[in-house]
Amino acid sequence: MMKVLVIFLLNVLGVTVVLASDGGAIALKPVSINLNDKAALYRGAETFIAQCATCHSAEYMRYGRVASDLHLSKTQADRLLPPHLKLGDEMVRFMPADYAKTVFGTVPPDLTLIARVRGADWLYTYLTSFYADPTKRWGVNNAVFPGVNMPDVFAALQGVQEPVYQTVKLPDGSSEQRLVGLKAPLIPGNMPPAEFDAMVRDLVAYMVYMGEPAKLQRMSLGPYVLGFILLFTVLMFLLKTDYWRDIKKPLKAD
Amino acid sequence: MIQKLGKWVDDRLPVSHFWNAHLAKYYVPKNFNFWYYFGSILLAVFAIQIVTGIWLAMNYKPSAAEAFNSVEYIMRDVNWGWLIRYMHSTGASFFFIAIYLHMFRALMYGSYKKPRELIWIFGVLILVALMAEAFMGYLLPWGQMSFWGAQVIISLFGSIPFIGPDLALWIRGDYVVSDVTLNRFFALHVIALPLVLLFLIGGHIMALHEVGSNNPDGVEIKTNKDEHGKPRDGIPFHPYYTVKDLFGLGVFLFLFAAVIFYWPDGGGKFLEAPNFIPADPLKTPEHIAPVWYFAPHYAILRAIPDKFLGVLAMGSAIMILFFLPWIDRSPTKSIRYRSLAFKIILFSFVIAFIGLGYLGTQPVNYWTTLFSQIFAFVYFGFFVALFLVSRFEHAKPVPERLT
Repeated sequence: MMKVLVIFLLNVLGVTVVLASDGGAIALKPVSINLNDKAALYRGAETFIAQCATCHSAEYMRYGRVASDLHLSKTQADRLLPPHLKLGDEMVRFMPADYAKTVFGTVPPDLTLIARVRGADWLYTYLTSFYADPTKRWGVNNAVFPGVNMPDVFAALQGVQEPVYQTVKLPDGSSEQRLVGLKAPLIPGNMPPAEFDAMVRDLVAYMVYMGEPAKLQRMSLGPYVLGFILLFTVLMFLLKTDYWRDIKKPLKAD
Repeated sequence: MIQKLGKWVDDRLPVSHFWNAHLAKYYVPKNFNFWYYFGSILLAVFAIQIVTGIWLAMNYKPSAAEAFNSVEYIMRDVNWGWLIRYMHSTGASFFFIAIYLHMFRALMYGSYKKPRELIWIFGVLILVALMAEAFMGYLLPWGQMSFWGAQVIISLFGSIPFIGPDLALWIRGDYVVSDVTLNRFFALHVIALPLVLLFLIGGHIMALHEVGSNNPDGVEIKTNKDEHGKPRDGIPFHPYYTVKDLFGLGVFLFLFAAVIFYWPDGGGKFLEAPNFIPADPLKTPEHIAPVWYFAPHYAILRAIPDKFLGVLAMGSAIMILFFLPWIDRSPTKSIRYRSLAFKIILFSFVIAFIGLGYLGTQPVNYWTTLFSQIFAFVYFGFFVALFLVSRFEHAKPVPERLT
C-alpha cells in the first residue's frame, strides 16, 4: 500500500520534474561505458590530448596516473605525453590562459570532473550535437547546450550538422522557430559516421574514467570486500543462532 | 601474571563493575526484533565517522583557496584516500538513514514514554547536533552546492526579526560565506560538535541503562523478577545481544560497503553532481537542493510563503519532537496494542515525512508547493491528532509477560 502511494506520488510529480529540467532541444542519447576496456580508454585519452587539451585543462589528472591505471607501455605513454612534460605532470592546457581569454573571452573550463557534473549521456550527446548556426560567434550552436561559446572542434571529422526547425504557435498568437532535431551535414566529414561515433564514445569513456580514476580500483576491489563481509555475517549468524538456542528452548516450555 | 595485572587494574578502576553493569549483567528484553539493531549500528557509524574523519583531516586543507583541490588530492593522490572519503560521505547518509529508522522504532513502540522521556530528549538533542555536524561538514568540500547550500541556510537566520542580520553575520563571520566561514565550520565540525555528540550519546546510553530497554510489546520486564532479582523475560546483553548485534552489523556493513564500492554518489543523493564544481560566489546554481536528509525540513520551510514563518515552521518541526512524551497521553506503549486511529496517524506521518523528503529536493512549482503544504499539514497534524487520540484511546489489553 505504502509503495503504491509513493510510486503514485512520484509519478504525479515526475511529470513536472521532466518539464522543469528540460534545458536542451533534444533528448539525451544514452551511452554505455565499459571502463574495463583499457584500449578504448587509451584511444579516448589520445583524442582528449589531441582535441581537447589545447584549450581545456584537466588539472587534477596526471599523465602518469593514466599510464599506470591503463597499464601503458613506455612507448604508449610517450605517445600521450607532450614532449615538454614529465609523467608526474598534470594535464594543463597547452594554450596560455591569457591567450585563451583573448580568443574566447573566458578561460575554457577545467574538464577533470566534468563527467561527474554532467554524466556520460550528456557528454556524448553534447559532443555529437553541434549544428550550423550562422548567428553565433563560431558559426555553430549546440542542441543540448544552447548558446555555448565553444567552436565545433569535430567539424572537420563529423561535418557540420544542419538544424531541423519547426514553427511553433505561441499562446499569444505569435509563432517561433524551434529546434526539434538535427540532420546529416551537407558536406560530409573526413571520418565515416560510425568511426566518428566510436571515437566520441571512447572519448566519453576516458572522461568518465578521468572524473574518478579510483572507480577502476573500487570496482575491482568490491567483490573481495563484500565477500569478506558476507563471510563475517554468515559466521555471526551461526554464532548468534548457537548462543540463542538456550533462549529459544525455555520459551517453548513456558 | 596477566590475571594479577587485571586484578591490579580492577582494584583501581571499575572495569569489571562497568562490564557487568552495562554488558554481562545488564538485562534486556529477549524479544527484540529487526528495529532494535539500529542503536548499535549508530554507535558503529559514529565510530566510523570519527576514525575516517581523523584521516581525512590529515590531508584536507580548510581554506577557500585549497579546500576543493585538497579533496581531489585525497581522491586521487593519497593512498586509499578515495576509500576513506567515500566511507565518510556514505557514512553521513547512513547515519541519517539509521537515526530516522531508530526514531521510527521509538514512535512505533512508545519508547519515549515514562520512564524513558529523558532517553528520548537526549535522542532528539543528538539529532539536532548531528544535523549541525552534517551541515557544517557539507561546506568543507567547497563545491558549488557546499557554498550555496550554506549561503541559503545561514541567510535563513537573517530572517529572524531584530537580531536576524547580526546573527547571520555572527555565524558566517563575514558578509558572505567565505574563507572565514569555512575555517570556523571546520573547527566546529572536527572538534566541537563531535565532542557534543559524544557527551550526548553517553547521556543517552546512561539514561537507557538506568531504566532499561523498552521492547516490541511495551511490557516493563522489571515488574516481573525471579527470586534472584533478575527479570524473568530479560537476558544478559552480553553474550546474547552482542552476538546478535554483530550479525546486524554484518548486514549493515554489507550494504554500506556495497554503496561505497559501487554507488558512492548514491545516484546524486549522497554526493550531488554540482558539488564537483568548485565554489564560485559569483555563479548561483540554477537549482539549490539540500542533501536528502535535510530535504523534509527544507520542504516544510518552502511550503510557507513567508520566509520567517517558514523558518519558524522548520524549527518547530524539530522542536515539537522534544514534547512527544507529553503529547502522547496513552499509557499503552506498543503499536501492537494500540488503536487503529493511532496506526492510521502514524502511517500518515511516515508518508508525509517521506513525501516532504522527496519534495524538498525538487525545484519549486505549483504542484511541489501544494503537496509540500499538504504534507507539512499532515506532519504537524500528527502531533495534534496524537494528543487527542491518545486521550480517548481504546487500546487492547497488554499482556503481563512478553509474547
